[in-house]
Amino acid sequence: MTFQARTPDPAAPSRRGFLIAATSAGVALGFAGEAVAATGAPAGFEPTVWYDIGRDGVVTVNVIRAELGQHVGTAIARIVADELEADWSKVRIKTVDSDPKWGLMVTGGSWSVWQSYPIYSQAGAAGRMALIEEGAKLLKVAPGACTARNGAVHAGKASITYGQIVARGDLSRKLTPEELAKLPIKAAADRRLIGKATQARDIPGKTNGQGVYGLDSHVPGMIFARPKIPPTRYDSVVTAIDDSAAKSVPGYQRSIALTDPSGTVPGWVVVLADSFIAANKAAELVKVTWKSGPAAQVSEADLQRRSMELIADPKVGALVVEDPGVDQAFAAAKSKVEATYTTSTALHFQMEPVNALAFEKDGVFEVHTGNQWQSLVLPWLAKALDRPETTIVMRSYLLGGGFGRRLNGDYAVGAALAAKAAGKPVKLVLTRADDSRFDSPRSPSVQTVRMAFGEGGRVTAMEHTAAAGWPTLAMAPFFMPKGTNGVAYDPFSISGADHWYTVGAQRVRAVNNDLANTTFRPGWLRSVGPGWTNWALESFMDEAAHSAGVDPLAFRLKLLDAAGRNAGSGPTAVGGAKRQAAVLARVAAKAGWGKPLPKNTGLGLATSFGQERDMPTWVACAARVRVDPTTGVVKVEKLDLVADCGTVVHPDGALAQMQGASLWGMSLALFEGTTFKDGQVRDTNLGAYTPLRMADVPELDVEFMPSTEPPVGLGEPATTVVGPAIGNAIFNAVGARVRDLPIRPAAVLKAMKA
Amino acid sequence: MTKLKINGHEVTVSGPDDAPLLWVIRDEVGLTGAKFGCGIGQCGACTVHVDGKAVRSCITPLKAVAGKAVTTIEGLDPAGAHPVQKAWIEVQAPQCGYCQSGQIMQAAALLQSNPHPTDADINAGMNGNLCRCMAYVRIKAAIKLAASRAKGAHA
Repeated sequence: MTFQARTPDPAAPSRRGFLIAATSAGVALGFAGEAVAATGAPAGFEPTVWYDIGRDGVVTVNVIRAELGQHVGTAIARIVADELEADWSKVRIKTVDSDPKWGLMVTGGSWSVWQSYPIYSQAGAAGRMALIEEGAKLLKVAPGACTARNGAVHAGKASITYGQIVARGDLSRKLTPEELAKLPIKAAADRRLIGKATQARDIPGKTNGQGVYGLDSHVPGMIFARPKIPPTRYDSVVTAIDDSAAKSVPGYQRSIALTDPSGTVPGWVVVLADSFIAANKAAELVKVTWKSGPAAQVSEADLQRRSMELIADPKVGALVVEDPGVDQAFAAAKSKVEATYTTSTALHFQMEPVNALAFEKDGVFEVHTGNQWQSLVLPWLAKALDRPETTIVMRSYLLGGGFGRRLNGDYAVGAALAAKAAGKPVKLVLTRADDSRFDSPRSPSVQTVRMAFGEGGRVTAMEHTAAAGWPTLAMAPFFMPKGTNGVAYDPFSISGADHWYTVGAQRVRAVNNDLANTTFRPGWLRSVGPGWTNWALESFMDEAAHSAGVDPLAFRLKLLDAAGRNAGSGPTAVGGAKRQAAVLARVAAKAGWGKPLPKNTGLGLATSFGQERDMPTWVACAARVRVDPTTGVVKVEKLDLVADCGTVVHPDGALAQMQGASLWGMSLALFEGTTFKDGQVRDTNLGAYTPLRMADVPELDVEFMPSTEPPVGLGEPATTVVGPAIGNAIFNAVGARVRDLPIRPAAVLKAMKA
Repeated sequence: MTKLKINGHEVTVSGPDDAPLLWVIRDEVGLTGAKFGCGIGQCGACTVHVDGKAVRSCITPLKAVAGKAVTTIEGLDPAGAHPVQKAWIEVQAPQCGYCQSGQIMQAAALLQSNPHPTDADINAGMNGNLCRCMAYVRIKAAIKLAASRAKGAHA
């Protein structure tokens, strides 16, 4: 499966020409539509403007990605500015609202920088070439005598600023896709912004209260709504609403059972009031009676039992990797290892509970909210509101955390329907408990992994089967490719299992837990599948190494031989498994692998390629833990991480992502987890749900491999290695093998006695 | 009607006595820097100062602050240049930023009462403030930086 198959990219430069056009304020630079590129006729052309340059020399870069803590605007703008040779102090970042012209609007998969890099580099280069040509004319010199630097074109001692060129020259250009492709992209050694230290542009407003999040959106005359969340995600129907007690709350207006043709918020009742204070208080007093279906009886144990049943049937699921000879290799094996791993349900628990402000104005339905996947939500909104997508716009705000929660914009549908029903602007705010109950949590999972060994301990086959609820099936089935057996599967729920180890005949089977998908709406949670697949894979690699009597580091390095399909290919996967071996070897060396440690202290390793094989981010972790043998409590003393993500565009932002993602991995390994009870998550607020806090933070050391390869993603990969590194460290400390996430002290004690 | 001082200004607000201070500040006064996270005083995103002490505004009833001086992130420093805010930018602490108003208010109160906190003091003082992006390494570094600056100023 290729990235293109998964995410049709409207701005793929290979198919598009590039246009520079005069505007009232300066020039706009952007990619032409296919029709425009083909005909070369810009008449009436409205460009997809990726950036513009004003007569004052200010470069404004339009960013379609949501700002949710990754400082993505800064990274993308620096890609353009570097290639454009712009003056960074004159570069502005604009996070745009939804518009069909942007094509696919999504912020997820750690794709933003990876996808943006080639496009924005070319866009910057096109602008630079035009500015040099036009600047040369104005300076009356040959273009070859000119250089562009720091927002000006220079020829000897003469120079002219970009603003002056825009004001005085004619920058209008049409470049065919072929011409665009031939533009010289700067050599890595000539980069002036990419890879250099800078401060993120979004940070100052996050220190003084000025940053505007969805929760801060405001429009005159708006009223507030808090939903009554039904007992189950899909199969609850409102049978009665009793709001008699709520009528005593000053400001309470009414309660409405929403009718949702899109099926996004079935069973919702919204409680409307003049203020959130009143809506919140009234919602506690409104009694809604629902009739629920079978989902109301489902428990976490039921979900896991269903996964185990499905895994046990070899005919079930999609074969994602199916080499010839797997069964024969297992039948002929000298020895075999098999283990089953499980993970519990986990919540997004982003700090800002989901919310949205919706209203109709001048024939357009506006939805003001922080969101990660506008292109996914807009069709839901259109169906729910029964109006064309072209009359709906989503206004962008800062996100108080994404982590995948806001890829699913279901809350926007609730707000829009409430506004439609109320006939006035409605700001819908979920409380924390509402948010947890309405979350699309990370599905619990069950995985079975086995390996066959032949003569001399050679690995001859491996099989990895993973069962879970599938978010992509629930929300974006058009993103599902087919396995070799023709069965469609959620690629994000199995990625990671299709690893870069050379293991002989390999089978990877993806199984959907149908009970999970009917009980709740599974969500994409930071790194998605690798959050569980790599827990199983990397725990298992240690188990397999121990069973073979081989050092776990040596065992992995031998299998990361970059043979066959694991050789990798350019541009982003160039080097293949060799790069994974390099980060693993490096982290082991840094952490002092093999050196003696105090009693009850252990070092554990794990590695990963991040998420998808076509965008590998090579990462490895060494965790040092101390286990209290009387309580089973695990104290993480240090995490060492090494990543190879190709070119690091914004070094400090990259470091921040690695720091945060690795602590996320630790939090999900030791502190976070809930369970389904009666069709709902049991833990809905702090106290019961307990993410990592400052006092839990271990010593943290992050290193990037120097590289000039194209940049890949960094938001998620580090989450995937920390859990298994901790699990392996626990084994090395006290001999206890834990196979369930989160790792609770009782499980450690039990495993110590096993 | 309740009278109180917010960021140095006398204000009269109409929220009911039991209204959470957070929502009065956000929706009636119109200052949105303090955020809503958990609603039970356990995440710290809503932290403001009441007479100089850090409090969780989401569980503080309006009547409890009648006649008192409330400071929000917007009023911590007129130019947004409190030593803690400056340190926050210098170490590039925020990621999504949603918890950071509360983190900064908590840190400013911590340094006010304990200008030279140890690591353990910082952990104890800040453990009630959840950062879901887990920018804790930088939050701690920023607090130490602000503390070291204060130390330098008084040396």
